[in-house]
Amino acid sequence: MVTLHVNGKAQQVDVPPDTPLLWVLRDVIGLTGTKFGCGMALCGACTVHLDGRPTRACITPISAAAQAKVTTIEAIGGDQVGKAVQAAWVDLGVPQCGYCQAGQIMSATALLQQTPKPTDADIDAAMSGNICRCGTYTRIRAAIHRVAQKGATK
Amino acid sequence: MSAPRDSMISVPSDAPSDRPLLLVNVSRRTFLAGVGALGGLVLAVGFPAALRAADPPKYGRDGMPDGWVDDPLAFVAIGEDGTVTIVCHRSEMGQGVRTGMPMIVADELEADWKRVRVAQAPGDQKRFGNQDTDGSRSTRHFFEPMRRCGAAARAMLETAAAARWNVPVGEVEAQNHEVLHRPSGRRVGYGALAKDAAKLPVPPRETLRLKDPSRFRYIGKGELKLIDAPNIASGKAQYGIDTRLPGMLYAVVARPPVYGGKVAKYDAAQALKVPGVVRVVEIEQSPPPAEFNPLGGVAVIGRNTWAAIKGREALKIEWADGPNREYDSAAFKETLEASARKPGKVVRNEGDVDAAMASAARRLDAEYYVPHLAHVTMEPPAATARIVNGKCEAWGCIQSPQAARDRIAKRLGMSVENVKVNVTLLGGGFGRKSKPDFMIEAAVLSKAMAGAPVKVTWTREDDLHNSYYHTVSVEHLEAGLDAQGKPVAWLHRTVAPTIISTFNPEAKNEAPFELGMTAINIPFVIPNVRIENPEATAHTRIGWFRSVSNIPHAFAVQSFVAELAAAAGRDPKDFLLDLIGPARRIDPRTLGDTWNHGEDPEQYPVDTGRMRRVVETAAREAGWGKALPKGRGQGVAVAYSFVTYVAAVVEAAVDEKGELAIPRVDIAVDCGAQINPDRVRAQLEGACVMGVSLATKEEISYKVGRVVQDNYHAYEVARISAAPREIRVHLIPGDFNAPLGGVGEPGVPPIAPALCNAIFAATGKRIRRLPIRDQLKV
Repeated sequence: MVTLHVNGKAQQVDVPPDTPLLWVLRDVIGLTGTKFGCGMALCGACTVHLDGRPTRACITPISAAAQAKVTTIEAIGGDQVGKAVQAAWVDLGVPQCGYCQAGQIMSATALLQQTPKPTDADIDAAMSGNICRCGTYTRIRAAIHRVAQKGATK
Repeated sequence: MSAPRDSMISVPSDAPSDRPLLLVNVSRRTFLAGVGALGGLVLAVGFPAALRAADPPKYGRDGMPDGWVDDPLAFVAIGEDGTVTIVCHRSEMGQGVRTGMPMIVADELEADWKRVRVAQAPGDQKRFGNQDTDGSRSTRHFFEPMRRCGAAARAMLETAAAARWNVPVGEVEAQNHEVLHRPSGRRVGYGALAKDAAKLPVPPRETLRLKDPSRFRYIGKGELKLIDAPNIASGKAQYGIDTRLPGMLYAVVARPPVYGGKVAKYDAAQALKVPGVVRVVEIEQSPPPAEFNPLGGVAVIGRNTWAAIKGREALKIEWADGPNREYDSAAFKETLEASARKPGKVVRNEGDVDAAMASAARRLDAEYYVPHLAHVTMEPPAATARIVNGKCEAWGCIQSPQAARDRIAKRLGMSVENVKVNVTLLGGGFGRKSKPDFMIEAAVLSKAMAGAPVKVTWTREDDLHNSYYHTVSVEHLEAGLDAQGKPVAWLHRTVAPTIISTFNPEAKNEAPFELGMTAINIPFVIPNVRIENPEATAHTRIGWFRSVSNIPHAFAVQSFVAELAAAAGRDPKDFLLDLIGPARRIDPRTLGDTWNHGEDPEQYPVDTGRMRRVVETAAREAGWGKALPKGRGQGVAVAYSFVTYVAAVVEAAVDEKGELAIPRVDIAVDCGAQINPDRVRAQLEGACVMGVSLATKEEISYKVGRVVQDNYHAYEVARISAAPREIRVHLIPGDFNAPLGGVGEPGVPPIAPALCNAIFAATGKRIRRLPIRDQLKV
């Protein structure tokens, strides 16, 4: 048994400790908002926050996540920045298929929490780990700038 | 829906019920299935009826399997609380169809969008019309039927209100979710009318009053947010991979690494020792042609996906690779080149190319190579199935739910009526998910597990190793210029394994629908034209990839035009416009194109005026010819595909180390009227990024019959840092009463040639082989 702290709730899971957090979230706990895309930390679809840091859940064994506070897309709206990012995503029509956008939103939220007024270079650096096959990058960039301009609290 | 609503289950909550949808208990009326009896679905996906020789010519929506339905009873339901439920029968994969289609109905229905909910249709083409979401067809084929659906339901509500008030129906008018009696000012809401309206017959099609486009509330405005955006942004959206059912098991499959291969023997002992592994099941191979069948292999079924993945790693499998075991991309490129340098089947011939070449002042030739590509949808193929009481129900990210249903029924030996296919959101499609092989796998495995729900997930490695790939091609072009630099002769040999080979292994020539993708149907003003198609043999599953054969054809043709312009010392944009020539409407059949994207050649001629206009618009908006710093250049290309005209001007910047950046792209699109302009822009933006991605990075290659690339480190796609910094989409206004063009795909073809033409302008280096990768490195 491993105890995880996911979105403010303690969860006991009965799987081997080397099981990636991604599959425990999705298959065991039932939080399917965190997506599988590559299994090798190449695409960012599985991005969650561990103690606020953007982390690829697909290569993070639950043994390494047990001490941390895990936040997923399902709960990021509880954070002012996360909520503003979600709103900007909807307002600017960022998603196409939407599959990667949970990961994009988690990465963008972490960026804006750290760097409230990111430059384009900051955005490239923080967001290049997240692939969008639909190619929504120009709107992702615009939405991040929108949040930066409006401020997260509005 | 039949799945129990328990909290463990995360099937889409908006799936339509099995009860008749509309307005409660109405006897279904005459015009239910407009085109009923097309029958057999062999080669259904992507093959309009015009391609099936035995059928009389039918075009557009009439030519698709099961055609179209405009019956409001199939598409609209109104609850007594006034909630309007509109069914979307096409698959949502990012094109915005779950917003666009219902929006059309809602507008004609005078429904208040805030009170509309969208339900996703299961696979049932007799009930809903064609559901193959491919070919950039949804809006162009269903704009009119969906308008009629909305108008018919509106008329029923108006009739019900008039009857209630005992006034002539001419005195009442539906307005934003209410019916108004104009003389008295009385109003009644849709919810209060629903029951009465449900008892009325659906009015005949010819009596319907469609709105004047000036009165549209939603159509053409682009003001509605995507209906799924809030769920997407909060992680609630349900994709194929997200299905959860009580007692569900999780499977991954080891598939033959070589196309046509099969399991020689396997040992599951170690796999079965992995914690969480439940069973190992062999899936019988379907011998080539692959068609839509599963490839076969060995499935590992576990308590969660990770257990199944670890179990699969512990399998010991010996494969019998079969006849494609030698497939090698480097050698195959040489094979294609050898074919391209010899005469092949003539598919279009005007004038005397050989004589004109012989007397030309200058002759040029060039060869262009585009490798296999993979869709790499962010959501890999994934599907779930269970069998209860002899009935199979499946869920998944499928572009062709009826085809999936038919194939599951066939494979399981059930009647089609006993198979239900539920369509989730698709995490990208791009043509991959029009093949239901992965959903059939889920059904086969559920059967092996006594009907228990089984979800099959493809890993990224599976997706790259066992896809239906974009073809690989060599395009050989020759041209003769006269003394003034005007082209007098054009020879194009296109060589590529055909998609038909996936259904008929003997097929070695491109099909009309492939040739008709910017190869055969170029409308250039050149007196002597010959297009040839030498043979090519397929060694893997070839399939549809967003914009399909337009990718290599447009890359070659539009690059070669720029090469000719350079040879003639002309401005490439002016040279291109001269080649397109004056505005005229050309019957595609006179260009040797019998396909015409399945559309009526009378309704959809090749319109060189529209082609000119997108080139001129993109050039003007991009500031064509403006002074640029050293290392920067502009390139232009145009493509007519999916009966839509798209031109792109790319600005490329190449630094002293050969690093490429794309500061800006201007795209002009003429797809006719835009139903949802913001989604048209989004599709063109996304197509631009995909075009840049395949031009710069993407390549599937084979060694010893196997795909070399494993994951995104080896099959690279464009990331945010490599995407164009700015993409400006310029929409050409259109007429809502004129035929519509496609939107999902036509943005892709002009991007690679426009980019390579821009690189030539910036550096003098001509790219003829994709991807560009390190070809610019100094």
